[in-house]
Amino acid sequence: MAENLLYLTELVGLKVYDLKRHRIGRVKDAALVPLIDSARVDRFLVGGGWAWLTVRHDQVRSISLDGIYLRDELLTPYHSDEYMLRLVRDLLDQQIIDVSGRKVVRVTDVTFEIRKDEDRDVLFVSEVDVGMRSIFRRIVQGLLPRRVVRKLQRPIPPNSIRWEFCNIVEADPQRRLRLNITHRMLEEMHPADLADIVEELSPEDREAIFTAIDSEVAAEALSEVDPKMQASILESLGTEKAADIVEEMSPNQAADVLAELEQETSEEILEEMEPEEKTEVRELLEFEEDTAGGLMNTEYVALHENATVSDALEALKGNEELLETLNTLFLIDGEERLVGVVPLARLFIASGPARLKELATDTPIQVSVDEKQDRVTELFDKYNLLALPVIGEEGKLAGVITADDIITVLRQK
Amino acid sequence: MLKRFRYHIAVFFSVIGPGFITAMVDNDAGGIYTYSQAGAKFGYLPLWTLLPITILLIVTQEMCARMGAVTGKGLSDLIREEFGLRVTFLMMAALLLTNLTNIMANFAGIASSLELFHVSRYISVPLGAVAVWLLVVKGTYRSVEKVFLFASALYVSYVIAGILVKPNWAEAAIYSVRPVMMFDTAYITIVIGLVGTSIAPWMQFYLQAAVVEKGVTAKEYVESRIEVIVGCIAMAVIAFFIIVACAGSIWTVSPRDIKDAADAALGLRPFGDYAYLLFCAGLFNASLFAACILPLSTAYTVCEGLGFESGLNQRFREAPVFYWLYTLLVAVGAGVVLLPQFPLVRMILFSQVINGVLLPFVLIFMVLLVNRKGLMGEWVNPRTYNVVAWIAVVVLVGLTLALGAITLRDILAR
Repeated sequence: MAENLLYLTELVGLKVYDLKRHRIGRVKDAALVPLIDSARVDRFLVGGGWAWLTVRHDQVRSISLDGIYLRDELLTPYHSDEYMLRLVRDLLDQQIIDVSGRKVVRVTDVTFEIRKDEDRDVLFVSEVDVGMRSIFRRIVQGLLPRRVVRKLQRPIPPNSIRWEFCNIVEADPQRRLRLNITHRMLEEMHPADLADIVEELSPEDREAIFTAIDSEVAAEALSEVDPKMQASILESLGTEKAADIVEEMSPNQAADVLAELEQETSEEILEEMEPEEKTEVRELLEFEEDTAGGLMNTEYVALHENATVSDALEALKGNEELLETLNTLFLIDGEERLVGVVPLARLFIASGPARLKELATDTPIQVSVDEKQDRVTELFDKYNLLALPVIGEEGKLAGVITADDIITVLRQK
Repeated sequence: MLKRFRYHIAVFFSVIGPGFITAMVDNDAGGIYTYSQAGAKFGYLPLWTLLPITILLIVTQEMCARMGAVTGKGLSDLIREEFGLRVTFLMMAALLLTNLTNIMANFAGIASSLELFHVSRYISVPLGAVAVWLLVVKGTYRSVEKVFLFASALYVSYVIAGILVKPNWAEAAIYSVRPVMMFDTAYITIVIGLVGTSIAPWMQFYLQAAVVEKGVTAKEYVESRIEVIVGCIAMAVIAFFIIVACAGSIWTVSPRDIKDAADAALGLRPFGDYAYLLFCAGLFNASLFAACILPLSTAYTVCEGLGFESGLNQRFREAPVFYWLYTLLVAVGAGVVLLPQFPLVRMILFSQVINGVLLPFVLIFMVLLVNRKGLMGEWVNPRTYNVVAWIAVVVLVGLTLALGAITLRDILAR
């Protein structure tokens, strides 16, 4: 098993021999061309004399700790190529995202697998190494013979991440395209995990990720990021992209983020948004942050007091994007005044033609928009609420505060 | 207009912390000893050094804060990314050793300050160590930072102590701006000592990491820079009052060498119990403060550089290396001080020498990094600033090497 493994630290400095077994030079770096193959080492960069030479993977006959033997001597001089991911320059000592472990790690070494392809050896990147064993290897490599290092490192437990689960962060958008780096894996993570990862990166890398991923995912992740960082991320993105992301956020979270920004910037972003979302967010921005109005969300489902259970089901079908978190329906009269609150679960045990009014809770608890935040949290605790309707001018239903908003408030204290 | 101004004030308060705390911790047990010694032996004469020291401090600290704000990465991160693992490893090993001696020096400070209150070091040091450990491991980052900022305020005790001994203000004012150079080994030693104790390697790592942790961005950097400068000036003001307090008391009676910082406090006694008590309290506070920050900063820096999970936001199981290293630094730092016959003062002196040995390397890496266009973009040093930075590096390197040599000679001579 160990025979077909090679570490990047061992590869660097390995001697390269031509057909007549004369030494040409030593390996300086190895490069992948991700557009062709995301794991195969495509070129070896060999330093000998003044210039670096490029050895293509199909020019190699065998690779082992004793050196690299070529089967073709027509080598070209190395010139910088934007399509190459150079392992020593671009990967070693840099931060990458471990998607399966959901964290940011620093690359200490790379493990290759040597595979036989007919009569020649091909290197494939199999793992990225982090942790003690690779640190030990990095430090002593070059001071002791390679085989001795392998023996000495044995007692230290390895710590590696499979190459498939590594997500490289590249700040330059041009190069990102050329290197074929996508953030598909990140988009599939839970937004809260993605938010944790993003918080650990530098501002530049953060910006790169938010620019590259889908706006909807970006919005969900951004909602989970620390408020102060939210503002700096939005500021670093272009106004257009920022507006796209803010649009996808729920209006109250959008308002919270925009409130953190400088007025000019938040105005610019608002201007870019769709008219409907813009008005909602603008209204929410009017309220003081620590009042019921500042906490509330304008995404809720309200029906006329005479509506039936089937009407309610119909209304829910029209609001599918809210279903994941929805737990309460509101009943309003002709003047939009709140007259009742219906827990969603009661719909399941009622028949279609039944009136919603009959399912409503006896006395709905409600607050006005300018109620203080402390009082609001008190009400949630006292009445064990999941959602609390907020009443604006003339007794009209203005919005709703949900339990997860309250948890956020309490956590920030 | 007013709104913009209010915005800037708000940003200033949101970035306050890193620069201020770093500058305050700089006046740790070793610093207080050196300032007291300067005042007790030479009175008001060495006061002029504070001005150039402040400038040097601002130059180095500003570069770190700028790198932190622009790159969003710690100094050890950058060294790792730009200079590779082996260099980083050597650097971290040296920093670990250096900071360990600094931690010992500060636990020694805790011991000697509380011994003036008749508290045995066998009680004060273990209690101090446990308190420090719990504060960081069990408290959340926010409360920790508030505690530290509050502790900064306690340094005012030195200002009050300085006023209480009724020094000669006219002389103090004159010698603050009139450079006096004497070719007297003791005097030169103290001048070099003043510089060496004020600019230490750990500060660069701590400040940059703290700026990053705080989430300061390039946009808010203007406010952060002001905070760094204010912090450095505050540090110099406190140093001024320590020197003046000792000059106004010990030196006026009879100029002499002091054994340690606690000895300086005793010298203040004839000038009133309050001055004495405040000086002791200040020493205790400074030592405890530094004993908190140093192990934390060291564990942080080393883990970042070598790529282990780190940070107070992680739990023990998520970042074992970080917490074990932290625990070990506190335990060893405090434990050594409890050894019978442990030479407290010599430890403080030794920590200064070893600081001086490491500092040149750190500074050179810093100036190299801050000039990399790829990292800093438009925020690289302007040319004139670079001249100042390199002069600062050369001066500091020269002085700290000289300090190292002299202190080493003293240690060997004892």
